[in-house]
Amino acid sequence: MEHTLKINLFKKLFKIRTVEETIADKYTEWEMRCPTHLSTGQEGVAAGVCQALEDDDFVFSSHRSHAHYIAKGGDIRKMIAEIYGKSTGCSAGRGGSMHLIDKSVGFLGSTSIVGGTIPLAAGVALSVKLKNSSQVTCTFFGDAAVEEGVFYETINYAVTNKLPVLFICENNLYSVYSPLSVRQPENRNIFEMVEGIGISVDHGNGNDPWEVFEKSRNAVGKIRELQIPIFLEFSTYRWREHCGPFFDNDIGYRTETEFLHWKEKDPLQFFENMLLEQRVIDESQIQSIKAGIIDEVNEAFQFAHDSDFPDFTGIQNSVYHS
Amino acid sequence: MRKLKFSQAINEAFEIAMQINPNVICYGLGVDDPKGVFGTTLGLKEKFGKDRVFDTPASENAMTGIAIGASLNGIRPVMTHQRLDFSLLSMDQIINNAAKFHFMFGGQHTVPITIRMITGRGWGQGPTHSQNLQSIFAHIPGLKVVMPTTAYDAKGLLLSSIFDDNPVIFIEHRWLHNLESDVPEGDYRIEIGKSKKISDGFDLTIVSMSYMTVEAIHALEILKKSDIHCDLIDIRSVKPMDWTTIFHSVKKTGRLLTLDTGVGQGSVSSDIIAEVCHNCWSSLKAQPERLSLPDMPTPTSPSLTKHFYRRSEDIINIVSKMLGKDLDGYALIDRDGLPHDVPGDWFKGPF
Ligand SMILES: Cc1ncc(C[n+]2csc(CCOP(=O)(O)OP(=O)(O)O)c2C)c(N)n1
Ligand SMILES: [Mg+2]
Repeated sequence: MEHTLKINLFKKLFKIRTVEETIADKYTEWEMRCPTHLSTGQEGVAAGVCQALEDDDFVFSSHRSHAHYIAKGGDIRKMIAEIYGKSTGCSAGRGGSMHLIDKSVGFLGSTSIVGGTIPLAAGVALSVKLKNSSQVTCTFFGDAAVEEGVFYETINYAVTNKLPVLFICENNLYSVYSPLSVRQPENRNIFEMVEGIGISVDHGNGNDPWEVFEKSRNAVGKIRELQIPIFLEFSTYRWREHCGPFFDNDIGYRTETEFLHWKEKDPLQFFENMLLEQRVIDESQIQSIKAGIIDEVNEAFQFAHDSDFPDFTGIQNSVYHS
Repeated sequence: MRKLKFSQAINEAFEIAMQINPNVICYGLGVDDPKGVFGTTLGLKEKFGKDRVFDTPASENAMTGIAIGASLNGIRPVMTHQRLDFSLLSMDQIINNAAKFHFMFGGQHTVPITIRMITGRGWGQGPTHSQNLQSIFAHIPGLKVVMPTTAYDAKGLLLSSIFDDNPVIFIEHRWLHNLESDVPEGDYRIEIGKSKKISDGFDLTIVSMSYMTVEAIHALEILKKSDIHCDLIDIRSVKPMDWTTIFHSVKKTGRLLTLDTGVGQGSVSSDIIAEVCHNCWSSLKAQPERLSLPDMPTPTSPSLTKHFYRRSEDIINIVSKMLGKDLDGYALIDRDGLPHDVPGDWFKGPF
């Protein structure tokens, strides 16, 4: 049981990495024509949290959403096609990289305005409660989202009304090029500050996928049992530039040394080593899992590439539901 | 004369304003980062220090209220949003406080703040990263709304906005940032509420704003070859609007085409048509026309934006139709293979 969980978690991690790095490789063909925020380096949080959720639990995300979509089981063919602006995309080419959706696996949407989906998760949790269901609703956001007023308003409401929400803050130290030091008080932990609102909190190493999974499993269990919201903060680091395919350690807002320090803590490599050491899996099994995923990803890019562009004619009739 | 890019002109206006008045401050997400908001705020922190030029938390609503508060005690804050869309989180402070404080307290308060908002088009900016919502702000009494097109106007209007004692919404189109024009050195001001006549003609009046004026200039060059000559008025300021110049022109030409960077319904361009009908009815020889975005959110896919945005070609076609000619803009303009969703070679996504 634990064995299968670990292999599944590894598959999620490797799939996210492969998709993100393939996007980075191909972006300069300039066929993916939309702002694209890659999650390379941050896979541990997405994979660990989603591994702890059931298929019918709900997930929301923000501008950096590829990892969350993939980890929840979103269809990668439709995701890549969306980034290519194709009619087969998960949002029919209307939303792009920042607006992913796969309702079949409970991924209700990602949006681009910082903090925008935080209250939506509480709203879905309210509906779950009204329907007497035991589903958990999870929302992923970054360290900058806790600077928006809507974050506090939502946590306050969720605590007061015991809404079954899992709030996941991925703290990667930056908002675009702005370090935490110019945005939040020195030596303050986000999770401690949030605890002051009255919500249960925990925190952990986002680059240790198993730790993320165990803390999330624990939180999800409590949410279901006690019908309360929980806030988890995980530390992690984005490898590539804020938006786009390149590395940007040379432009001055962070150092190559800091980047290399975090690269050492690569969540994918860390977990692969852990599985090998624990003899959950051997080298040849790893290679065959990787080969399978690489094929799947390549096939998804081919699908996206071969798909048709959407037609403008009639699209104005799609603004309202009729 | 010396030429500057629009983005450099903004930068220079900041520099002058901050030099001549120690109460001018500049803040917003990323204003002191390595990109300096598309170059517009580069170097300001080095020149004026971190007390006057600073980054902020992602807290648009609070930071707007903080600007208003500071302005009540003599500071002249200039806030910057890399996308207009982000300012929407601060609508409460803008509309309920900034726009009201002077009037509501019997004229005892002034709110001299400037809020820069960047709009755009193309490269899949999509539904929530490129909205041209000038009409929303124009609807609010107590706000001034400015939309410069040239580098020259950008500098003069930003200086006027900063030293205006009222809240000014200063809207910059991303596709203008790299365009150059003659820009004098030193301090000069352009009156908020005065439009600019870009070209003269007797056939038709085009009233335009921001980036659409660039498309109009291209269209007029082509139209001239077919002996069609238009008045082109760049409004520069949406609120207050320079009605005198617009009415004067329409009374001369009898025909009006309005261009808008935003959606047509409830728009600035519609409002211009309404006022013209009301004030110049007997001079009109044809029904006024409006070229604006379709009434739908901005799609992301390039195949969709291609038919969503309006270009010189469309301006030629509508002018031609209004004058009973049959020119085909798409046959007349050769874009030399440049994709429709970028303003020029200098622009590579994703920003
Ligand atoms: C309300 C709002 N303000 C500003 C932005 C511009 N913006 C886009 S992503 C981003 C960084 C957010 O940082 P964080 O939440 O830590 O997420 P990360 O990018 O680090 O994953 C910002 C400021 C935005 N999208 N929405
Ligand atoms: Mg961050």
